Amino acid sequence: MARLEKTTPLWKYVIIYAILIMVTVITVFPIILVFGVSLRPGNMLWTTDLSPIPANATFDAYRTIFYEKPFFRWLLNSTIVSFMVTVVGVSLASTAGYAFSRYKFAGRDAGMIALIATQMFPVTMLLLPLFLMLIKLKVYDTFLGLVIAYSATALPFCIWQMKGYYDTIPYSLEEAASIDGCSRVKTFYQIVLPLAAPALVITALFSFMSAWSEYLVAAVIIIDKRLYTLPLGLKQFQSNFDTEWGLYAAGAVIVCIPVVALFLFLSRWLISGLTLGSVKG
Amino acid sequence: MNLARFAAHLRENKLAYIYILPSFVVLGFVVIYPFIYNVVISFSDMSLGHFRDWKLIGLEQYLRVFREKVFYILFLKTLGWTFVNVFFHVVIGVSLALLLNRPLPGRAIFRTLLILPWAVPQYITALTWRGIFNYEYGYINLLLKKVFDLPPIQWLSDPLGAFAAATITNIWLGFPFMMVIALGGLQSIPKELYEAAEVDGAQPWRQFWTITAPLLKPVMIPAISLGVIWTFNNFNVIWLVSDGGKPADSTHILVSFVYRQVFNYYSYGYGAALSIVIFVILLLFSINFIRRTRATEGVY
Repeated sequence: MARLEKTTPLWKYVIIYAILIMVTVITVFPIILVFGVSLRPGNMLWTTDLSPIPANATFDAYRTIFYEKPFFRWLLNSTIVSFMVTVVGVSLASTAGYAFSRYKFAGRDAGMIALIATQMFPVTMLLLPLFLMLIKLKVYDTFLGLVIAYSATALPFCIWQMKGYYDTIPYSLEEAASIDGCSRVKTFYQIVLPLAAPALVITALFSFMSAWSEYLVAAVIIIDKRLYTLPLGLKQFQSNFDTEWGLYAAGAVIVCIPVVALFLFLSRWLISGLTLGSVKG
Repeated sequence: MNLARFAAHLRENKLAYIYILPSFVVLGFVVIYPFIYNVVISFSDMSLGHFRDWKLIGLEQYLRVFREKVFYILFLKTLGWTFVNVFFHVVIGVSLALLLNRPLPGRAIFRTLLILPWAVPQYITALTWRGIFNYEYGYINLLLKKVFDLPPIQWLSDPLGAFAAATITNIWLGFPFMMVIALGGLQSIPKELYEAAEVDGAQPWRQFWTITAPLLKPVMIPAISLGVIWTFNNFNVIWLVSDGGKPADSTHILVSFVYRQVFNYYSYGYGAALSIVIFVILLLFSINFIRRTRATEGVY
């Protein structure tokens, strides 16, 4: 555990802790509140009670979504889609980022700018042409269509991010490897990629999240109820807000658990792995 | 470049092209083709009445965008929304990073908990905050009434209240990104610089402006430009918190207005033209912003 510096006066620490604790409480509070709503018994969903966790807490809502609603199916579907997107996202971003970092090919700068430019167009307007094209390709209302759409969502950011990280890895390592007779492809896989692990983890996390947390595209692409992912399912609860507020909250808590766990687990990597191409290179 | 040299260039960089090809194929399907489609549609009369039999009508839709007052009002609103959000994201994010960038017992716990809003899916954040802003049962009004004995605020039924609600929600979910970037940037600043400043008797405030701020700048600039682009185009929060622009379509920024036009009124041509305008605005902003910040880079 870190120690207090002796040179800094105590009152300063008191102020720092006071600010940190206050901000943290405000930050965490909405999350605790959703958890509290999910524990409320059905007859007191709307309450004017101030305690976030209700007195007569119950896990009924969780029982209902798992046993009476197809929540488990949605969970499974979201997991399948998100894992596929993660695999695709990591393989595409790690290779493309490497090309942008190490090669001076024609169209390199234009490509990098095109990647940021993709972020500037309102996503909502991409929906209609995307929808028409997926029908033509016969992947409308399938996981494949969803995986294609989601892989592209986080990709520009991830490529930038990977490129920025590769830029921090000294090129001399690859030169040494090539002198030793290692091919360029092998150098990439065996030497550079392992060194880029923190950035790969971040890319994986963002790819996973872009699939796990997205509602709008799924609403356009998926019609078949058996293919519903978590956001689509949760939205169903939310449309009957009065009666199923508790179910929504319980579902929301379960949706948050994996991403929150990943973030908590990876928070240290997040800081070292996220360089946004800002380091000069 | 002549053909032989071009062929040599291709051979030389064959691997690079192979590496980027799959990414651009996927982006081609999902972003580039739909983008070109939109450019075409923006010159057409495509709408509910002309869904399949649409024809090109030139600049008509663009003229409509610039003729109607609603564009200018929404543009100003969007600018305000973007500025307020990004301002608070950066100020809160960087301040927290500065507080956390020192030996402090429990630092890891704070850092981890403060990242949480980033982890929560946006649609859940938005719907949950909508519940918190509920007039009768929402936590904020209950708190105002029971603890501070103040009258409740009309959050979601009042235009200003709804906009404030969406902004508060978005500030909550956006500051962790800036905090993480700033923490990363702070860690890369060599400690010796501060030690030297200490020896020279520089006060903390001065140290911040002469060491921390300039060295943090190259890290924050790309993050801020991304933040501006994302906030400008943040559909989820404004749409879900205000439940589709309520009350009476007063809570819109440009993107949510486009969505309303296209998916509720089926004005495809108009929506596409407006989208292109949004795109050009952001493109000009980014080019300008990056060029300006590059111009000052030589100073340090």
